[in-house]
Amino acid sequence: MRNFAAIYGREMRAYFNSPIAYVVAAGFLALMGYFFQNYLLTFNEYCRAYSIQHQEAGMPSPNVNAWVVSNFFGVQFFMWLIVTPMLTMRLYAEEKRSGTLELLMTSPITNWQTLLGKFFSCLSLYMAIEVLAFFLVFVLSFYARINWGPVISAGLVVLLMGGTFISVGILASAMTDNQIVSAVISFVLLMMLWMIDWSAQFVDRTLSELLRYLSIVEHMRDMTQGVIDSGDIIFYLSMISFFLFLTYTLIESRRWRQ
Amino acid sequence: MIEVDHLVKRYGSLVAVDDLSFRVEKGEIVGFLGPNGAGKTTTMRILTCYLPATGGSARVAGFDVFEQPMEVKRRIGYLPEHPPLYRDMFVKDYLAFVANIKGVPSAERKKRVGNAMDRCQITDRANQQIGQLSKGYQQRVGLAQAILHSPDVIILDEPTIGLDPNQIREVRELIRGLAREHTVILSTHILPEVEMTCDRVVIINRGKIVAVDTPENLMAGMSGSQRFYLEVAGEQAVVEKAVRAVPGVADVLPVADGPVGQNVALYVDAQDREELRPALAAAIVQRGLGLLELRRVSVRLEDIFHELTTNEEEAV
Repeated sequence: MRNFAAIYGREMRAYFNSPIAYVVAAGFLALMGYFFQNYLLTFNEYCRAYSIQHQEAGMPSPNVNAWVVSNFFGVQFFMWLIVTPMLTMRLYAEEKRSGTLELLMTSPITNWQTLLGKFFSCLSLYMAIEVLAFFLVFVLSFYARINWGPVISAGLVVLLMGGTFISVGILASAMTDNQIVSAVISFVLLMMLWMIDWSAQFVDRTLSELLRYLSIVEHMRDMTQGVIDSGDIIFYLSMISFFLFLTYTLIESRRWRQ
Repeated sequence: MIEVDHLVKRYGSLVAVDDLSFRVEKGEIVGFLGPNGAGKTTTMRILTCYLPATGGSARVAGFDVFEQPMEVKRRIGYLPEHPPLYRDMFVKDYLAFVANIKGVPSAERKKRVGNAMDRCQITDRANQQIGQLSKGYQQRVGLAQAILHSPDVIILDEPTIGLDPNQIREVRELIRGLAREHTVILSTHILPEVEMTCDRVVIINRGKIVAVDTPENLMAGMSGSQRFYLEVAGEQAVVEKAVRAVPGVADVLPVADGPVGQNVALYVDAQDREELRPALAAAIVQRGLGLLELRRVSVRLEDIFHELTTNEEEAV
């Protein structure tokens, strides 16, 4: 536990000693603010145009949860697809490049302690940025009546999705000592996970079901609407464990005898 | 303290360490000497559990590096060739972090860090970012990192690289000071360093041990014959003839970078470890030549190293 805390603390400090944390947070939040404002304006427009005629025509009544909050979380998914590799790329690649991995690997700490320290520090930074983004919804709640249930379940999916993205990013970072290469690999892996079910309709049934199951988007849909399914949670947790285990094996493999 | 038994390390078809065996006793300073690429770093990386060996075994403080790496890692301090520094950290924070992961109890951490900074003379840089320090200071931070938890065994890969002559002297003194409580292995290709700091020398070349001994024994053992330096005012041919006439002289060689002008400088090799100086002086003076200088030439470790490592190459 102490070693985990040492690695965790050092990683956190590394994020905040360098401009990474500030630049990523500022950029992400600026874009989020922009998206949020536009969703609000669109919603406003819809509310003003909405009339009895619309209702009779069967168009849904304005709902701030469906229009603003839900869309807001949808767009975050795409943003993180691009931003997470920037947070994870240095985790192992930099240690390899600067030779500090040699210090970690010759110190009496286990590779799990190092790996989990890195994983949770990155997840903490991610969640800190997310909490700031949540602030927009919080401010909105003074002006609109928000149904908090779906917001909370969306918060949960944000946490699980972040964990999955970060575990993929760490794996990519452990593959190379070049941060750019690491970022590109994790971006490609994440894109694959996102698009994996697109080819589902062209293959036979068993395979197509498997591909659909592996899609990260598929498991998010219900939770952003407020439905918490233990199957989805287990899916994300097993994805995280799988990628962390691969990373651990990759790091550990250098100690194997040929 | 350290037992290495028939250690082998192969990278694919390249044999980096080839059947290496040696022992290091507690409190000794052992120098690892060899040309670049001889396998010094690889051996050190195996001893620190960073790399697995392909064959053979190594034990540090009684623990096998492959079977019980955690026990070994608790007992070693290691300065790799490139000091493992986080450039964005402050010196004090970095050392506190290292103390933490090396298992120094939190109550002692501050004292140990202060102690290591004192010994390596970096206390005045405690609140600077490591990336902004000069190469010499970075090297000393690396050294502080290796000694701060007071490990049984300290392994230093080229500890004086990048330091200026004064710093080199300080680091050598520091290393000699460590020997009382710790066992030290250091690698270098700077020969005077070994002569000055080490109790024993392991000379390796192409992954094999070429010689293991004290620097003094190596120097004595190597010079099967004794060599003298002779400088005389006179003509080369006359001087040479006079010298060759002295009984016990095996060979006479001109000194390559000898004096210019009237003086003649020669190396005189004795047949064995005989003292020839009185006889040589007498022979010169009897012929009416001016004796300017006569002294014994001690074989330097440098020569031994050169001889051992190049002979090996010729044999291969």
